[in-house]
Order: sequence, then C-alpha cells, then structure tokens
Amino acid sequence: MSGPHPGMPTYLGMPPFPVAAATAVADSQLRRNLAHATHTIREKRAGAVAELADWQALRASAKAIKDHTLANLDTYLLRLEDNVTKAGGHVHWAQDAAEANAIVTRLVRGTGADQVVKVKSMVTQEIGLNEALAAEGISAVETDLAELIVQLGHDRPSHILVPAIHRNRAEIREIFRREMPDAPAGLTDDPAALAAAARAHLRQAFLSAQVGISGANFAIADTGSLVVVESEGNGRMCVTLPRTLISVVGIEKILPSWRDLEVFLALLPRSSTAERMNPYTSTWTGVTPGDGPEDFHLVLLDNGRTSALADQTGRQALRCIRCSACLNVCPVYERTGGHAYGSPYPGPIGAIISPLLRGVTSPIDASLPFASTLCGACYDVCPVAINIPEALVHLRSKVVDTKRDKHFSPERTVFNVSGHVLRSPRLLGAAQRAGSLAGRVVARSGRIRRLPPPLNAWTETRDAPAPPPESFRAWWARTRKPGR
Amino acid sequence: MRIGLFVTCLTDTLYPGTGRAVVTVLERLGHQVDFPAAQSCCGQMHFNTGYRREATPMARGFTAAFGGYEAIVTPSASCASMVREYYPALAAEAQDPGLARAVAQIAPRTYELSVFLADVLGVTDVGAYFPHRVTYHPSCHSLRMLRVGDAPFRLLRGVRGLDLVDLPEAESCCGFGGTFSVKNADVSAAICADKVAAVRQTGAEVLCAADNSCLMHIGGALTRQRSGVATMHLAEILACTEDTPSPA
Repeated sequence: MSGPHPGMPTYLGMPPFPVAAATAVADSQLRRNLAHATHTIREKRAGAVAELADWQALRASAKAIKDHTLANLDTYLLRLEDNVTKAGGHVHWAQDAAEANAIVTRLVRGTGADQVVKVKSMVTQEIGLNEALAAEGISAVETDLAELIVQLGHDRPSHILVPAIHRNRAEIREIFRREMPDAPAGLTDDPAALAAAARAHLRQAFLSAQVGISGANFAIADTGSLVVVESEGNGRMCVTLPRTLISVVGIEKILPSWRDLEVFLALLPRSSTAERMNPYTSTWTGVTPGDGPEDFHLVLLDNGRTSALADQTGRQALRCIRCSACLNVCPVYERTGGHAYGSPYPGPIGAIISPLLRGVTSPIDASLPFASTLCGACYDVCPVAINIPEALVHLRSKVVDTKRDKHFSPERTVFNVSGHVLRSPRLLGAAQRAGSLAGRVVARSGRIRRLPPPLNAWTETRDAPAPPPESFRAWWARTRKPGR
Repeated sequence: MRIGLFVTCLTDTLYPGTGRAVVTVLERLGHQVDFPAAQSCCGQMHFNTGYRREATPMARGFTAAFGGYEAIVTPSASCASMVREYYPALAAEAQDPGLARAVAQIAPRTYELSVFLADVLGVTDVGAYFPHRVTYHPSCHSLRMLRVGDAPFRLLRGVRGLDLVDLPEAESCCGFGGTFSVKNADVSAAICADKVAAVRQTGAEVLCAADNSCLMHIGGALTRQRSGVATMHLAEILACTEDTPSPA
C-alpha cells in the first residue's frame, strides 16, 4: 500500500490522536455526556454477563472458532462463495475500498435507481461508500436512527454501537429541524417525538427503495447465509423490501457453520447493548422467489485484512465482532469520545484495528497505539478475548521500528541514553546522585512544580517528586554489608 | 527464606522509603533480605513504549542479578507483571535460549509484595499499627495483569488501628500509563482528575497503592490541589508499628 491509508478514503489527513484528543478533553459537555453514557452501559453489560455462568467458556469457544476460521480463511471463503452462488446470489471480490465502491456503484447503476436505503454498517463507513455513491449521483439513506442523526448532521460516527453518542437530544432536535424537510412543526426534544419523526421520515424511503445496502455481522460458509443483528427493525426492512440487496462484508466476518452462530448470538447482544437477545436478527440465504429481494450481491472486502492476518500478534484483532464493550470501559475513550481516533473504529479496538488495516506510517496511525494507558479493562470485557494491551504494545514497537533508520528522533535518543543508564547500576547510581543535587536546587518541600519540556506536560497539572537526598541503593550500601 | 529485593528503578531513585519499608517488614517476619546491587531497571518503560530492542538487554541484566534466589520480591505490581508476563515473550523474540531458560526459572519466583506476604507466606497480620483513615487504589496491573485479588485488602485489614474506606470507582485507571502521561498529557490529566475527586470524596487521610508509579501520578495532583491527602505505598503502612509510628 502506498500513501496514507487509501483504505479509508474519508479519513485521509486526520491529525495525530493527542492533538484531536486535547480538543475533545477540553469540551466539558462532551465529557459529561460520554461519562454518563459509558458508565450506564458498562454497568448494564456487567449485569447481563453475570447472568451466564459459562461466560468464560463461551468466550473461549468464540476465540477458538474465530482462530480456526482465520487460520483456514481460504477454505471457508471459497465455500461461502460456492454456497452463496448455489443459492442464487452473486459474489464479488474487492481488494480495497476503491474496488468495493466501484462494484457497488456499478450494481446500483444497473438497477437504474438513484437512491438506496442502508442498514447500519461499519464496513461501508470504513470504505466511505456513501461519499463514493454521492459522487456518482446516488443518494444513500442511513436508516438506523443514530446513523441518520450523524448523516443529517454532516457528522462522523463516534461510537461503534451508538454512533451519535456525542450528541444530546437538544442537538438532535436542531439537526432534524434543520435537515429533515418533513420534520413536524413544533418538534420537541422528547426522545419518543424524535424517534417518531425519524420513523415517518424513513417510512417513505423504505417503501420506495429499489436497492438495499447492508453489511453483515456474520457470514455462514456452510450455507451461504448472512446474518444481521440489530435493534430497530430498520435492518429487517432494508433486507426484505427492496428488489436488489447488496451486502458488503469484510472477509473476517465468516463462521464455518450455523452451530457456531449460537456462541456468538449469546456473546454479542450482552456485550453490546447488555440485552439477553437483540430485538431483530435477520438471516438470508441467496434469493427466494416471491420472498424478499430478487437479486442479491455479496461483496467480500479485504482492505488491509490480509496484511493484518499476516501479523502474528495483530491478527487476533480480526476476531472482533464490533460489540463496542471495550469502548465503554476505556478510560481514554470516556474522556475523548470517538472522533479523535480518526477512523470509524474508535476506542481500544480502533487503536489496534486502524493501524493494522492502514499501516503505521500516517500521523494518526502512528499515534493510535499510544492512545492507551494499557489498563487492560478492554481485554477483560472482550467477548472474543482479544488481548488489546498486548497488541498495542506490539504495534508501538512497529511504529518505533519503522522510524528507526529514517531520521533523527529526540525521543529515540532519550530512550537510547536512558536504556544505557537504566541497565547499568553504576550509571544509575551516578544519575541518582546528580538528581539529588538538582532536586535540592529546584524543589520546594519535596515537590517540583515546574519541569522543562517535554516533562512540563507532567507539571501542568501535577507536582513531580523531588529526588531524595539518598537513593535506596546508596542507603543500602551505607548501612548494610554489600550484596552480590 | 532467602529473598532478593527487586526495588525497581523508580522506587530506588525517588521513593527509597518504600524500599526500606519492604526490608523492615520482611525482616520483621524473620526473613533474610538481600539487595543484589547489580540490579537496575526491568525495562518496562522501554518495552511498553515500543523500544523492545532496548528492553532485551535490561531483561538480561535482571536475570543475571536475580539468579539463585528462592523468591524475588518487589513493591511494584507493574514491574512484577513485566517480568512475569512479558519477559518470556521478549526472550522468545530475541531468540536467546539462554535468556529463555533464565526467565523460565526466575519469572515464576518474582512476586509483588502483597501477593508474597498474603498468598506465598500466608501472613496477613504483619504486626503493623497505623491509626489513620486510609483508602486503597488497586492499580490496573495489580488487578488485571497480576490478578492479585484481595491480597492488599487482607493485609490492610490486618493493620491495627487502620480505618479502611472504600474508594468509589476504585477499579478505574488513574490515567498514568507510563509515557502515556506525557504523550497524551491532556487525557492523562483528565482521567487523573476523576480519580483525585474520588479519593477526596472518601475523606481519607492517606491514599495507598501497591505501585509508586500510580501514587506519583495521583499524589502529584493531590499536592498540586493542596488536598491534604498523603500518598503511601502499602509497604510503608505495613512497616509502621506502635514503636515506629511513621515510616523509616
């Protein structure tokens, strides 16, 4: 891949995480909204998960199923293609965003339609499908309520499950009044009123749509079936009403058989919405005469997934089922929201998925692996046991190693020198003695209130401890007989 | 038992009182404590910041310094987790079978202090006396990497006179994260602000933890705000007795 991540065209040129995050952190309203929302869902999820005594066993099964499938992806993908074709569907292969967008555009063109209805889908956000269709004069209507809010607000999603989590209801009312021509006069910010307005607005689009576009939560190789898990019923409308259905699916979404689905349908709703079961689970296999779409197309997308698969530590990220549990427990996401992550995939999973799919050369992708305290809360809640801290630390070394031979880096110099000092007891002792002297000069009552750059980032809000007159090592040498 | 004290570079340099407290407690329990002077840093900061190549010689230095001890005890859950959880991977990556053998021997014998006292030695009353109101921050690496469980709480409950109060949202990260605190200083400070607010809400005189790194972070904000809440490492509280009511 050349240039900065062509795989996610609508996210080109995003600033590095710390820059975008600093703005978000300064927005106290956003922080209150996010804290309230994430804490509420975090507690609900914990309750829903605690109901299942065999949660850890389910989690281990899910991990094993996904790992097996990823290790044999070639076999299962061909099996899926075969079975979709046998069931009357058409399979297309797309290497990247541009190929996938071109295929979908051509298919929509072929129907003569100039509008499509969409099921909420992460992968079409990833490839920037709406923008690509718009460039060809085709309008895409997002039918998930939160995605509709994001779309009408000319905004970007900031959460995997709750894309408009950064908006409060007053803002939503304003967006509807401004952007929805058929919004009722006197629309209030009552959630039921807002939902009713969206429902009336979308009804027309559903009934007139010739083409539906979806992603899929799962694709079953054995039968060629696709599965969409949702809450609002809009997905059901999109995959049943239009004559043509086009599903864009990442190649990692595959499961070998129906039996495997059981495990994931137990894990996903509880992890995601904290529900025992989600309201709508739609499944379809090819086409059925007289029932649902007459024409079905499956676009299988790589867009960096095979390079992620080639990364031994990173490949576990391909197990992700997009539940967003990791976002809701992340101390960083809770303060920054999703936009700072420069990708439709925010939070801890985004901090590993985006650099795995796009590489680590752009400023945003080189900064994402560092956008974590490594607290490990994400790993604990992950229903497919992705060791996100391990992957983050791995990707950090990839970022560092990529830059090693290229140019002078002050940070690398610091780590080189500190590496030499910290692995030599003699040099460490000398540094401690120098520090003690310096500490006596700058400290007031054992505290340092200001340090020079880059450590001033610390002392903006925190005191730093002054080095004590005597290190432990010096105390030991003075008072005890020398060790080995 | 012959114990090698792994004091950690941070405690050695900035919090020597914690190291002295560990020695006091272990000797009070009748153990022989040795400080191998060849030790320096476990390499966690380098490893976690992406400088794996630089961390490998530090792992070699660590195993050279600590070979042969029955137990290696450290007042840091974070550094203990580096040795226990990441050294094996580091040795494998370096394709150094000698290092891998040394790590296989040393890593399982490296214990965070509270685990060593409460679970390995099976002691929860170390004879400490500390008549103050204390709240405890379970550090992320103690909770979710080492999984020390309630070992620190059992020890604190065994301290006479100590009034242990619950910390709201105790298991949330304090926002330190090593170099995260500088690379993403704004976010780090925002997370810390919520932790500090939770600590102040308890009315505790002392915030205790099993990691000086987190305490340096939270404590730096507590003193900046002139909160009057002190920070103390678990070892320092355990070292206090009626005869020596404040840490050495």
